[in-house]
Amino acid sequence: MPSNKSVSDAPIAQFTNCRILRGRRLQREDLWVREGKILNPEKLFFDEKGSADIQLDCKGSILAPGFIDVQINGGFGVDFSLPTDDFKSGIDLVSQKILSHGVTSFCPTLVTSPPTVYHQILPQISVRNGGAHGAGILGAHLEGPFISKEKKGAHPEHCIRTFKENAFQDLLATYGSLDRVRIVTLAPEIKGSSEVIQELTKRGICVSLGHSVANLSQAEEAVQHGATFITHLFNAMLPFHHRDPGIVGLLTSDKIPAGRRVFYGMISDGIHTNPAALRIAHRAHPKGLVLVTDAIAGMGLAPGRHTLGQQMVEIDGLNTYIAGTKTLSGSVATMDMCVRHFQEATACSVETALEAASLHPAQLLGIEDKKGTLNYDSDADFLMLSDSLHVQATYIAGEEVWRQDALGM
Amino acid sequence: MRLVILEDYDQASEWAAKYICNRIIQFKPSQGRYFTLGLPTGNTPLGCYRKLIEYHKNGDLSFKYVKTFNMDEYVGLPRNHPESYHSYMWNNFFKHIDIDPNNAHILDGNAPDLQAECDAFEKKIEEAGGIDLFVGGIGPDGHIAFNEPGSSLSSRTRLKTLAMDTILANAKYFDGDLSKVPTMALTVGVGTVMDAREVMILITGAHKAFALYKAIEEGVNHMWTVSAFQQHPRTIFVCDEDATLELRVKTVKYFKG
Repeated sequence: MPSNKSVSDAPIAQFTNCRILRGRRLQREDLWVREGKILNPEKLFFDEKGSADIQLDCKGSILAPGFIDVQINGGFGVDFSLPTDDFKSGIDLVSQKILSHGVTSFCPTLVTSPPTVYHQILPQISVRNGGAHGAGILGAHLEGPFISKEKKGAHPEHCIRTFKENAFQDLLATYGSLDRVRIVTLAPEIKGSSEVIQELTKRGICVSLGHSVANLSQAEEAVQHGATFITHLFNAMLPFHHRDPGIVGLLTSDKIPAGRRVFYGMISDGIHTNPAALRIAHRAHPKGLVLVTDAIAGMGLAPGRHTLGQQMVEIDGLNTYIAGTKTLSGSVATMDMCVRHFQEATACSVETALEAASLHPAQLLGIEDKKGTLNYDSDADFLMLSDSLHVQATYIAGEEVWRQDALGM
Repeated sequence: MRLVILEDYDQASEWAAKYICNRIIQFKPSQGRYFTLGLPTGNTPLGCYRKLIEYHKNGDLSFKYVKTFNMDEYVGLPRNHPESYHSYMWNNFFKHIDIDPNNAHILDGNAPDLQAECDAFEKKIEEAGGIDLFVGGIGPDGHIAFNEPGSSLSSRTRLKTLAMDTILANAKYFDGDLSKVPTMALTVGVGTVMDAREVMILITGAHKAFALYKAIEEGVNHMWTVSAFQQHPRTIFVCDEDATLELRVKTVKYFKG
């Protein structure tokens, strides 16, 4: 039926025969889209006397908000910390490939690197909307170099730094510019970090605590100064101790400023965190859990050796180690694998598993009015999923940007 | 009148839905020749709406050439409030069928000039050629639409203050908070519904039994406004067994036989 032309000429699509994730639960509702946004069909009916131009039968699939990956170091042979000549096409390749994993927005992550690397790479990362060309880029996640040498994980020790006299200026000089930066991971016990955390927070940059030996009160102080995220909980930090829970203690800390929530990234690939630990974290603070892939260049590729910034890593199945060691370094699990594994390991509801990869990262970055939900007027970035949470199709701004073909590839 | 007594709520709902469906199909509506339907809200017609949606989804019934006119709407309640009758009609009926939004008429309880809104509604009904079938319910106090006890039996669409009985009955939809319940509504008049070519009143449940008794076994009385339909040439009362509990055995036997 024709729609009322007085408000908008754009075609209206109605996705029917589906269950949508809205209001924290899966509801038997249709999803309406116009001009790249989720449309309120009741308003359309009564105010505009409008109706759908096209109806698409989703055959009973689940429609969920697109996944948001806030920690991904590369994939498909591309390493975001390596300044190659074709860096731009590398990031384009990854953003296009991860559509099949259900990721519609991401933060390309750079591991600890020398200043020259940041100066070369950051200007080549443009914050941009997603589309048929690939997932949207929300800004870079700079993991390091202001971290703890003791908890370097797979980061190169020689590039790890403490702050010079004028901490924030030092950070600015190291990165070159903060224009395209969305998240910075640092170790709060480093002298000067309080000033830095406040300055970054003032500029709307999310500060994350990670690769650190901070104790709980140092972590709490960092949160009071503005930190809101924990980088891959449990990994590269002091283990939970009952008399000093360290950064892990933030999950149940009573010193979090009113109205704020601490989020924490979890790599739920079955390797970085024992399922029991995943469950403990989830049960302690379910609303703060953010699924991340922490994927490295080898994700999507055959087993073998690949680079990760200044290092070499070795992939064997889902395990990735610094070549020649047993030190874990990033992962090769895809985001949809992480969502499925999280759901299985915690026996949580489908809604909870999906929100951990969509709503929570959107809340972390303060963009939940546009992303991470299927609420009216949000960006129409969504996925068609099977009951087992396998991605069947990916949509960005209401356009289909990826579909699983008949052979399931 | 016809009094159709079904065993339970589900059967009564299905009977009513089938009747409406058949009326529409027999009419053979088409471009420029619409079937006009008057519609109610509330708990009673939910089962009927569900069945109509089922017939539509089965491909047996289309609302493409049907015009609808709802009976009433609260005054001062935002249109997108979950308890507004606009929300009720959207969620329980319109969003599941193929009706043209231009043909679905509901009074606007937020219109700047409420009487003008009512007058315009009467005019729209007139322009649509009158109502072919007006479906309604009955309140526990015997009211049809919001024509509360004491409403003129020849009334037209207008603003009405709700009776305390009605406000109390509605409180459950507003978190039990009386202060949140609307106190006024726009409603079609008794006269407006009497003008329809055919009227079907749905009455189910023991709590409506006394009202049904007053409406059909006692005299025409403005305290029980549904009683006006004793003077309508084509009215059907569709009810379940429980709703007949206050009727004389003789009445029930006559209509069941």
